[in-house]
Amino acid sequence: MKWNGWGYSDSKFLYNKKGQAEFTGKRYRLSGMIIPGLREWMESTFGANLQHKTPAAPILNSSAVQPPTLNEAFLKELKSTGIPFSHDAEDRVFRSHGHCLHEIFALREGKIGRVPDLVVWPNCHNDVVKIVELACKHNVCLMPYGGGTSVSSALECPPEETRSIVSLDTSQMNRILWIDEKNLTAHVEAGIVGQDLERLLNESGYCTGHEPDSMEFSSLGGWVATRASGMKKNIYGNIEDLVVHIKMVTPQGVIEKSCQGPRMSTGPDVHHFIMGSEGTLGVVTEVTMKIRPMPEYQKYGSVVFPNFEMGVACLREVARQRCAPASIRLMDNEQFKFGHALKPQVSSIFTSFLDGLKKFYITKFKGFDPNRLCVATLLFEGDREKVLQHEKQVYDIAAKFGGLAAGEDNGQRGYMLTFVIAYLRDLGMDYYVIGESFETSVPWDRVLDICRNVKARIVRECKDKGVQFPPLSTCRVTQTYDAGACVYFYFAFNYRGLSDPVHVYEQVEHAAREEILANGGSLSHHHGVGKLRKEWMRETISSVGMGMLKSVKDYVDPNNIFGNRNLL
Amino acid sequence: MLWSYCHSGTRKSLFNINTRELSEVVVIGSTASLKDEEEFTDILEERRCTTDLGYALRTFNPQPYKGAPSSSTSDLKKAVLESQYLRYIIALETGSSVEKVRQEARGILEEMSHNLQLGFIRLMAYTVNKVFKRLFRSIYVNMEGLNMLQQAIQESPVILMPNHRSYVDFLIVSFILFTYDIPIPVIAAGIPLASMKVVGEILRRSGAFFIRRAIGSDKLYWAVLSEYVRTIVRTGCAPLEFYVEGFRSRTLKSVVPKLGMMDMVLEPYFKGEVFDITLVPISISYDRVVEESLLALELLGVPKPKESTTGLFKASRVLQEDYGCMHVNFGRPLSVRQLCEGKINRSEYNLIPRYRFIQDCVNWVAHLIVRTQEEGSLISPWSLMACLLLQAPITTLTEEGLQWHGLTEKTLWLRKLVLDFRGRLNWPDSDVMSSTVALHHSIVHHKAGRVCLVQDGDPASQDPLSPEEGVMRTAAAVLMLVSYRNQALHVFVRPGILATAIHITKSTQKDELFSFFCFLRDVFANEFIFIPGRASQDFAEACSLLQKCGAVHMSEQEVTVLETGLEVLSFLQKLLQPFLDSYQLIFRYLCENGAHVFTEKQFLPAVQNLATKLILSGDLHTFEVLSSDTQKNVLSALRRLEAVTKLRA
Repeated sequence: MKWNGWGYSDSKFLYNKKGQAEFTGKRYRLSGMIIPGLREWMESTFGANLQHKTPAAPILNSSAVQPPTLNEAFLKELKSTGIPFSHDAEDRVFRSHGHCLHEIFALREGKIGRVPDLVVWPNCHNDVVKIVELACKHNVCLMPYGGGTSVSSALECPPEETRSIVSLDTSQMNRILWIDEKNLTAHVEAGIVGQDLERLLNESGYCTGHEPDSMEFSSLGGWVATRASGMKKNIYGNIEDLVVHIKMVTPQGVIEKSCQGPRMSTGPDVHHFIMGSEGTLGVVTEVTMKIRPMPEYQKYGSVVFPNFEMGVACLREVARQRCAPASIRLMDNEQFKFGHALKPQVSSIFTSFLDGLKKFYITKFKGFDPNRLCVATLLFEGDREKVLQHEKQVYDIAAKFGGLAAGEDNGQRGYMLTFVIAYLRDLGMDYYVIGESFETSVPWDRVLDICRNVKARIVRECKDKGVQFPPLSTCRVTQTYDAGACVYFYFAFNYRGLSDPVHVYEQVEHAAREEILANGGSLSHHHGVGKLRKEWMRETISSVGMGMLKSVKDYVDPNNIFGNRNLL
Repeated sequence: MLWSYCHSGTRKSLFNINTRELSEVVVIGSTASLKDEEEFTDILEERRCTTDLGYALRTFNPQPYKGAPSSSTSDLKKAVLESQYLRYIIALETGSSVEKVRQEARGILEEMSHNLQLGFIRLMAYTVNKVFKRLFRSIYVNMEGLNMLQQAIQESPVILMPNHRSYVDFLIVSFILFTYDIPIPVIAAGIPLASMKVVGEILRRSGAFFIRRAIGSDKLYWAVLSEYVRTIVRTGCAPLEFYVEGFRSRTLKSVVPKLGMMDMVLEPYFKGEVFDITLVPISISYDRVVEESLLALELLGVPKPKESTTGLFKASRVLQEDYGCMHVNFGRPLSVRQLCEGKINRSEYNLIPRYRFIQDCVNWVAHLIVRTQEEGSLISPWSLMACLLLQAPITTLTEEGLQWHGLTEKTLWLRKLVLDFRGRLNWPDSDVMSSTVALHHSIVHHKAGRVCLVQDGDPASQDPLSPEEGVMRTAAAVLMLVSYRNQALHVFVRPGILATAIHITKSTQKDELFSFFCFLRDVFANEFIFIPGRASQDFAEACSLLQKCGAVHMSEQEVTVLETGLEVLSFLQKLLQPFLDSYQLIFRYLCENGAHVFTEKQFLPAVQNLATKLILSGDLHTFEVLSSDTQKNVLSALRRLEAVTKLRA
């Protein structure tokens, strides 16, 4: 794993000696391929230039890391439990951040702020109970750490924290404890990361179907703590629909329900205090989740629309008829072009001929404007016959909105890109380009307005803040619901000429969030609040709502042992 | 380097508003220095060199709003009728069947809709071009403003907001935009225009859409109108032009803005349906207004002729006259987003469906626009002369005449004062005074070193007029002068009110003067344009201007009148005296009359009678109280101040 970028150390984008973009490693479909269009796209979209490099600091300079503030009494008792721990600088730095732009940018520049003083690796629920007891006894601050993929500053150590900060890394708690085929549930330790969970369940012929874009690295406990959402929620549901039972260790003791009844009317659901608590109340240790037999058949698909408006209208109709496939996503024109730029070098003349033919058909024959058209990617799952039937239904709706089926390949590439796009930010950062994504959920009638207004706001703010090049400001609709949709924005710009690019970036993102809220969007659909979006919590859930959450925190954790200061 | 848009202009003007709010001087939006005045271009000059037909048939290929759909007028109507809002309103209308209400809505829409067609724009351009070349020596347009407009139109839906001083300006903006390849606006017009034979249809096809005058509580009509307007703004299918003052100002003075249309126009922004809306104030100034004599008569109660096609032809004799120059000053485009920053919380509307709310920070924006129009308008030498002529005793004007030499000298003095007060002047270089007076031969008469007021008819040849008729005759002439004075008033109003406060209170204490200033500002808020909630900025501006021209000395607490400033102060105080006199007379009438309930029909002639008597007895020195405009303003002011209430609409 990289210490100052996304993902595996062997996988990254780079420009080879010929100046062509290439994706290294062997892990992904794109790995080892040349991507001929990427360079031109980067140059024309951002005004970036291969001559202007901003390389990252290659290795962590341990002397830049503050020596740990250790609570000796805590440490002494911890040693006696036999739970592994470390205060090695690298281990601490690795767990001091998520993947917000400012966090990665600082690491690349070798700047290290407040980091945890100690890392512990509990092996099971009981280990966690012991650690939390000791932390309470010795007044040590605990910060749970799962996959480290947070994009809300949730893992940032509060600089004002004077106690010893202990990072509680759940990665060793990664077993499936049992599978119950009668009830179709699995009992799993919360430290397991998404891809391992799916792989292990697949071996028994099952899956959870929960696939957030970060599933290679994010953990089950993290999903619960942030109210995660998966790409295929239309079939399997979001995390709150998937969990049947949760066990969490808090300073007041362990919280869990007494049974696994599929639904209960026993006052407010205590699971909902846990889901979205962002590590402020305790550590989720074990979760019972619904599982499903693996789908017999999967089919990707894609539809080209003449413009974004038509695409949104189609998604709305699909949601109205409640016939959304496992996943349906609509990219705007800029993202469509971006996806195009990431096409790997085609192997045969025949494929490139075919591509040319398709392009001709869509733009010339059907009269689509290449600067306005947009693409929806689809994923169908289930038994073969039903998938084909379902597919037809969706394509028929799409046709009513001017949509043309554009093949499985485009669809599949679209989904593959969600995994490599995070790597791409590191390439951008090598060449003065910084960016990030953020999301919201919004009622259907406001989807078009919010997309247009937020994108326009980003462009205008960049200009006002002195950004010298036009930014990339693009969005996609990633989830549909009965009453609205989830919208994802991508925003990146070339910061050459700016003295404090991260500050400019943060100002623009702040303005964009204000614009989202003014246009009826939510503070977050699934990324969570962390510390990055705390300032808007009160207006989001009202003062009484804040009071409710605070009183829970005050009861469960009166000494603020879980002191990451997220959310409230 | 690669930016494809330009909004720095609007940014800058907003910045001015913000910072100036904090500092002592408030001048809204007018970053334009006097230098800009040189950048006016005469657009008729080129027209006179080319054929009218060639001009009308020129290639017209404007750059529209980038988000605009390529929709036809029938698409627009369809979108309105099928809108969620209209369906909601129709469902609310009980009493008759839904189909019937829908039919009614369709009828309203048919009556209202524009039907913009390029062919008719060409016809309009051809005709207007011919007429304007006849009427005016020049039409000056600031090219910089046009360039900014051209940019702005591509970026967001644009609202063109001209002032309205003459029928002539109804199509002037379309004419200019056609000439410079900018998308033609759709224009809000009064329904009487639509009923003119042929002409109504031509206007409709030139982009006019028609609004009934008295809508009252007709909910369905409001609904159709507002949805129609909002759809135009939302889709950005064409720039929208409307008169925020609501109607043609009969007094040539700015009218307190009407909010209905403004509200409809801004709503799409408040609801987040558009990223931004651009407002472009346009100031149109005339050397001489075509309907000057009609205006005065109308104000005195002689009914205005109904708009009709035959009337239009009869009016064609006005084509024989010379009306000097016209200035069209396109103001800096204002971004609604920036104007409303911090004033509006758009997320308030997150919890109800968006077709169901109304908004009110609109008043502020509307006033701001009118004030910006005022600042963009150009003051002619004739306006300054009118200010001075009206300060002379009436007998001097009607009988022996005012000394020409003294008048010109004083006019030059006043010109300097206007410049001190940052007014914009239209001051041709050569032979200003006599050519001005020659242009206005219908009002004044210059002979043997003296200037007299021209009065209609020749009293010697006909039956002698009754004294009352005599007053009305003089009043007609005086009110024409008053109109031209009004064109310059906005420059003097704030320092004028301070001068009046100094004159009346005889105080030097700043806080005392401020409270009296606020009182007068409040009383006259229907007469002059004051941006709501900015009394202290207005006061600060007045102080700073008086100080700048050397009339007063300011300290922390005190305002002292300087010897050198007496001339300025007395001019300003006399300038506003007619308003004080008129208001006082009407207040006195209401107090002494004793009736607690009266109708407007009784009130207006009664005030006129009383005023006529007092003028004849020499107890009243202004004719302005005879103007129905003044009388109505007083009533509105009293209603606003809750001294009177209206019992029935």
